[in-house]
Amino acid sequence: MLCVAFGYVDPILGIPRPVWNPLQWDGGAFSFVLDGLFSRGGSFQRVFLRTIAYVFVAIALSLAIAYPVAYYVARFGGRWKGLLLAGLVAPFFISYLMRMLAWINLLQDEGWVNTALRRVGLVDQPVNWLDGRASSVVIGLVYGYVPFMILPLYAFLDRIDAALIEAARDLGASPFQAFRMVTLPLSIPAILSGVVIIALPMFGDYYTPDLLSGSPNTSMIGNQINLYIRGGQQVPVGAALVIVLMAFLTLLMSWYLVATARAQRALEVPE
Amino acid sequence: MSRLRHWLENPWGTPRWLRLTTIVYLVWSIVPLLIAIRFSFNEGRSRSTAQGWSTRWYWGTPGSVWEDPDLLGSLRQSLKLAFIAVVVTVPLGAALALGVTRWRSRAAGAARTVSLIPLITPEIVMGVSLLLVFANLLTFIPFGTPAQAIGHITFSITFVMIIVRGRLLSIGAEIEQAAQDLGATPLQAVRMALLPMLVPALIASAIMVFAISMDDFVVSAFLSSGSGTDTVPVRIYSNARGAPTPALNALASLTLAITLVIAVVAFALWQVARRRGGQSGTGVEELAA
Repeated sequence: MLCVAFGYVDPILGIPRPVWNPLQWDGGAFSFVLDGLFSRGGSFQRVFLRTIAYVFVAIALSLAIAYPVAYYVARFGGRWKGLLLAGLVAPFFISYLMRMLAWINLLQDEGWVNTALRRVGLVDQPVNWLDGRASSVVIGLVYGYVPFMILPLYAFLDRIDAALIEAARDLGASPFQAFRMVTLPLSIPAILSGVVIIALPMFGDYYTPDLLSGSPNTSMIGNQINLYIRGGQQVPVGAALVIVLMAFLTLLMSWYLVATARAQRALEVPE
Repeated sequence: MSRLRHWLENPWGTPRWLRLTTIVYLVWSIVPLLIAIRFSFNEGRSRSTAQGWSTRWYWGTPGSVWEDPDLLGSLRQSLKLAFIAVVVTVPLGAALALGVTRWRSRAAGAARTVSLIPLITPEIVMGVSLLLVFANLLTFIPFGTPAQAIGHITFSITFVMIIVRGRLLSIGAEIEQAAQDLGATPLQAVRMALLPMLVPALIASAIMVFAISMDDFVVSAFLSSGSGTDTVPVRIYSNARGAPTPALNALASLTLAITLVIAVVAFALWQVARRRGGQSGTGVEELAA
């Protein structure tokens, strides 16, 4: 049984190897990437910074949506809880691409978003939503990944003892103060894990910008990787980009581990 | 305006703005899909304006899902891969979970850590890595269905492992030991004592693997050998920005319906299995947690 099991894990372990060897033989691709990344105005630098900016904005928006929703369902769900949870889980069973397709339908020149905006009088001309707009890409990212953030937040907020919040209220805190001084500090580990859970796939995303914009002006690091790997001749460049991305994500993960440990410690030692 | 603010700031009971946010979120997350499904029943060719109702994009006319070999083929490929993934991954993942949970040594801890790596790896890294492995190392495995199936198994096995391991930890090792004390061989102990208790976890894993496999885009796209082995998400990706007809919406809606039906049936099975196993609590909550 274990042999079968370990035979299986092995391909995962072996993954870096075929990427590594060609690089050690020939550092050209790697230095090309590093050059594009660190020299002033290099092509990869722009893409990388753009990716970070998109992901950052998308995460901030996701958090602004996910936290209130998770908080409401966890604390005030009541008898609707089952139904609300089904609504939160449903996107997991719906293909990400299908959900992007739905937005393509809506955002077309003659689509319902433009019709609605024109009827309200916000715009006179139909907006080209699908033509290289950063806002469309960010909306797509938020729409695509918010469910993945809500569930861990919910699971955590649901476990917070309501007695703690009531105690804070009894001691004279307003609802907002009770939230700020009790619930929020308690939920920092959950917020961190929610952020990491959606940050990782967002950094590797290339289909959202492809589908909702398709323009090189909004291409993310994933688009570059896809381009080089699938494009044929420059596979090593793509592989080098993957390594750079992984190095960056490893940094992100270590930050997450340190931050979580610190948050836990802060909770364990009350002042 | 001030009346609205007053209403939102309801000082007693549920803060209303929270309820409002939640309702708006749920509407926002579901309505675009309903609209996409509605366009799949369009009489006309448009996917952005309502033009009557018909099922012509599902079957009956040239270019409908049923008549277009590309669209139907992608649906068949998706279902095939999901089926293979479930059949192979669930037993394999359960065995892996059993191994790393019951086997006490430092290597078990290392194996556990390694098997969690796919969870924190972005799909594109997974896709590129698998592509390079199959292109350079394991050249005897052809691209297309074999490579795609192995790819799906590789990333979904982690989820099976997490679910089954969680259940194994809550069962504890005593049951197997008791069975062995009563004269069962180790294999019999697993088969007759442990396995029945694992059934709910196995069903939950099967739902997960099926959903993940149907949803996967990146790995299927990287390991595809041409349009013959494109899955539904790959088909949506490559057709969406061209000049698609509502048939694409019909394909997506059909896939959604199949996935939901299978998930609901499996979910019902899961609850029956749980009740039989004597576990209480409502299902959704535990699945969410």
